[in-house]
Amino acid sequence: MLKLEPRHDPSRVMTYLSPVIALLATVLLGVCLFLALGKDPARCLEMFFVAPVKDARALGEMSIKATPLLLIGLGLSLCFRSSVWNIGAEGQFILGTVFASGVAIRATEQSSPLMVVPVLLAGMAGGMLWGAITAILRDRFNANEILVSLMLVYVAEQVLGYLVYGPWKDPDGYNFPQTVTFLDAVRVPRFAPASRANAGTALALFAVGVFWVFLHRTHAGYRLLVSGMAPAAARYAGFSARSALWTAFLVSGGMAGLAGALEVAGPVGQLTTHVPLGYGFAAIIVAFVGRLNPIGVLFSAVLMSMFYIGGELSQARLGLPRSVTGVFQGLLLFALLTCDTFINYRLRWISPS
Amino acid sequence: MDSIALLIAASIGSGTALAVAGLGLLISERSGVLNLGAEGMMLVAAVTGFAVAVHTHSTLLALLGGAAAGVVLSAIFGVLVIWLHTNQYATGLALSLFGSGFSAFVGLPYVSESLGERKASAIPALSSIPFLGPALFRQHPFVYFAVFAAFAISYFLFKTKAGLVLRAIGESPESAHALGYRVRGIRLLAVCTGGAFAGLAGAYISVIHTPLWVEGMIAGKGWIALSLTAFATWRPLRVLLGAYLFGGVTMLQLHLQGEGVNVPVQLLTMLPYVATIVVLVVISRNPAWIRINMPASLGKPFTA
Repeated sequence: MLKLEPRHDPSRVMTYLSPVIALLATVLLGVCLFLALGKDPARCLEMFFVAPVKDARALGEMSIKATPLLLIGLGLSLCFRSSVWNIGAEGQFILGTVFASGVAIRATEQSSPLMVVPVLLAGMAGGMLWGAITAILRDRFNANEILVSLMLVYVAEQVLGYLVYGPWKDPDGYNFPQTVTFLDAVRVPRFAPASRANAGTALALFAVGVFWVFLHRTHAGYRLLVSGMAPAAARYAGFSARSALWTAFLVSGGMAGLAGALEVAGPVGQLTTHVPLGYGFAAIIVAFVGRLNPIGVLFSAVLMSMFYIGGELSQARLGLPRSVTGVFQGLLLFALLTCDTFINYRLRWISPS
Repeated sequence: MDSIALLIAASIGSGTALAVAGLGLLISERSGVLNLGAEGMMLVAAVTGFAVAVHTHSTLLALLGGAAAGVVLSAIFGVLVIWLHTNQYATGLALSLFGSGFSAFVGLPYVSESLGERKASAIPALSSIPFLGPALFRQHPFVYFAVFAAFAISYFLFKTKAGLVLRAIGESPESAHALGYRVRGIRLLAVCTGGAFAGLAGAYISVIHTPLWVEGMIAGKGWIALSLTAFATWRPLRVLLGAYLFGGVTMLQLHLQGEGVNVPVQLLTMLPYVATIVVLVVISRNPAWIRINMPASLGKPFTA
């Protein structure tokens, strides 16, 4: 019979092979799903893996989806590395959109184009504030951070709803729940007029470098790695789990908030109830698929953005429900977790005797 | 007076979903397995139950369909965490993410369907008692099932040998294993029972409580049910009580919205979620209290 037995050392090969196998398994399941729905699987796969990269315009669209996933995924990978379970990044993202919009709607025709900087900083502050609520409740009252951060997502949705249905509603917006369209001074600059790609992507790529250096080349990064992974060892070495908790929540909250700010000040250009698209939840998968490693997260954010674009294109061109994206996201994480088992275990055939 | 009776009735009706899901999670957690996939299971069960109800016009079959969906999903989760030692948090999260995507995907054709009004069944003599009658005894039979289930599970856990074994596995799987109990098999059974209950709760919501299907209609009830088990210090009757309290908060805010109170709707809508956070803070304040009551192996893999 087959038996799962522990390996002496975790397999480095499987660590990096696992996401690839998981992706292949997800694609295979996807093909089965498309066949079951009576769609041509080749056409469907084209929507997911070819169409998003076929020309400059498509790549621009992809960068818009990948940027928030990358920013949030980087923050969450820091969290999960230190065993802090922030799963409310969606709420921190929403607060980022709210705070950024609060500044952006105050812009006038005379505002300097540099005003986009305080807009982004406000978004970061909003995300950090929302993350800090969970951190303080965990730190002071020992409340479970998974449940608290998740409940705060629902609260954040209502905060956003209150503002766009109430005080911030555009008076000339035909009563739609939305703010005024932001002026150019507070919009994230684009690289070229033809593409929607903007400076946010450059910012996100820069963040990859910062995170890599922080984790691998600084004492604080090392501290964060140690104090979360083995609390007892960390205490012995004089590191505090509390500071890891706070760092994780403030950094991941700030990153999610920045992503939210870039979303409203970038492609969307105003605050509406339709701004949150679940990037905060998808980024959880991005972090795991990217092996909680900044470079890996870059790849997985691009992959996940293809899932988003593929879903949209399948809806428009093949009449598939857009929610197929969510199905694939879930399947990918399931497949990844299954494959990850074989990092620490291997299958051995044991003859029943 | 009558409106208070109706508010109580509505709170119990709303709390029933939380109670049934919470009881299921409690069984799973008592065996040491934390299933964060409750929200996803309830969503898939809600759409399954609704689809069955649309096609068969049978409430019973719809509930069973929801339960079956819960069992299937929790079995996948169970095999992953129990045999492949995947992280319980991450796997449960995967189930919730998958469930929300999958339910939206398969539920699309049912969004505009309706099931028609469902009659509450009054208990003959009791329902004519003034105040108590309309408050307690004019509910759907499923509401009474939830009460029965809470007592039955309480009896099972604390008065039967099988219940003792289940609790022992949750406290110390290694000891239970040494005594010859099949820890993995029993855990899977507990997880699947939990899935069945979560499924029943999901189907109750879409078929009986608010007979319609909308994407994401569980709206965090799976997560609130998870908080409930801790709130109830893993005791079934307290889960029931807590669920009714939360049902009360939900119904009170809806009632206030209906009355046109001069408070923004959004502020009222966030009440149940804020209440959950407050409750979590209050019960977790004393770590020793949680440690005494929580199944000791909760969330930890069993690798022997």
